Amino acid sequence: MNPSNIIRFVAATLIATLATVAHSATPAELLAGFSAQAGAAPSPDRGQQLFTTRQGREWSCASCHGVVPTQTGKHATTGKPIGAMAPAFNPERFTDAAKTEKWFRRNCNDVVGRECSAAEKADVLSWLLTLKP
Amino acid sequence: MSHRFRVLRAVLGLIVGLGLAHAVLADDGSRAPQVPLLPAYQQECAACHVAYPPGMLPAASWQRVMGNLSHHYGTDASLDPAAAKAISAWLSANAGTYKRVREEPPEDRITRSAWFVRKHDEVPAAAWKRPVVKSASNCAACHAQADQGDFNERNVRIPR
Repeated sequence: MNPSNIIRFVAATLIATLATVAHSATPAELLAGFSAQAGAAPSPDRGQQLFTTRQGREWSCASCHGVVPTQTGKHATTGKPIGAMAPAFNPERFTDAAKTEKWFRRNCNDVVGRECSAAEKADVLSWLLTLKP
Repeated sequence: MSHRFRVLRAVLGLIVGLGLAHAVLADDGSRAPQVPLLPAYQQECAACHVAYPPGMLPAASWQRVMGNLSHHYGTDASLDPAAAKAISAWLSANAGTYKRVREEPPEDRITRSAWFVRKHDEVPAAAWKRPVVKSASNCAACHAQADQGDFNERNVRIPR
């Protein structure tokens, strides 16, 4: 490998690492971010209400994730298993900011017919974090 | 062995071989050649459903599906533009081109393709409605190895 290739390789590795670091997060950090954006403390009760009840459309969050999302859920149309949503039961959940935003955007569109507010995301996540084994 | 016999045998072998290859590749989507799945396709699309083999729809159908992800069979499956572009290019490159898959099925649904309907005509109507099956899009309910692209009839178990 010639020196310019080595530099290129090191640069690419650095960028890839930084990109990963930029995305990775903990559920608590994401919750803090949503709460700060909302400018109010989250309410786990409101989160549970939003998660488990229909919002004037066909599906609630619970339709696919289950009323108590501590177990594997099931896609309402395709039947595909969906891993538990509560972070205590599935350590992958809410550890990637971009992934979290993507799914909130899509699924709120399906359930509520619009994107969720930062306050609503904080409420839901705060409730999910109360679910412990 | 005479020279003439050897030539004859080689020609016969070639004809049989070509015939088998034709049967395997040209029949329909369930025998589509398996291609390794693009990691982004696996990650983004197979989160909600089986990673449908790209060879089961023609390129024109995939293009329409990928062009309207925010209205994806009743759900919002929108992606960031970079991921959508990469997946779209891969699907087009690996789309079905052999005769029965060339037709664009109604609503671009694999399950509405003539070959799909014909292949499943012996499945009783009640089986489709069982809660563990629910929808024809739930391949894995009966095709246990669907997530690996294996739709071989020998591995089918219709749940009771």
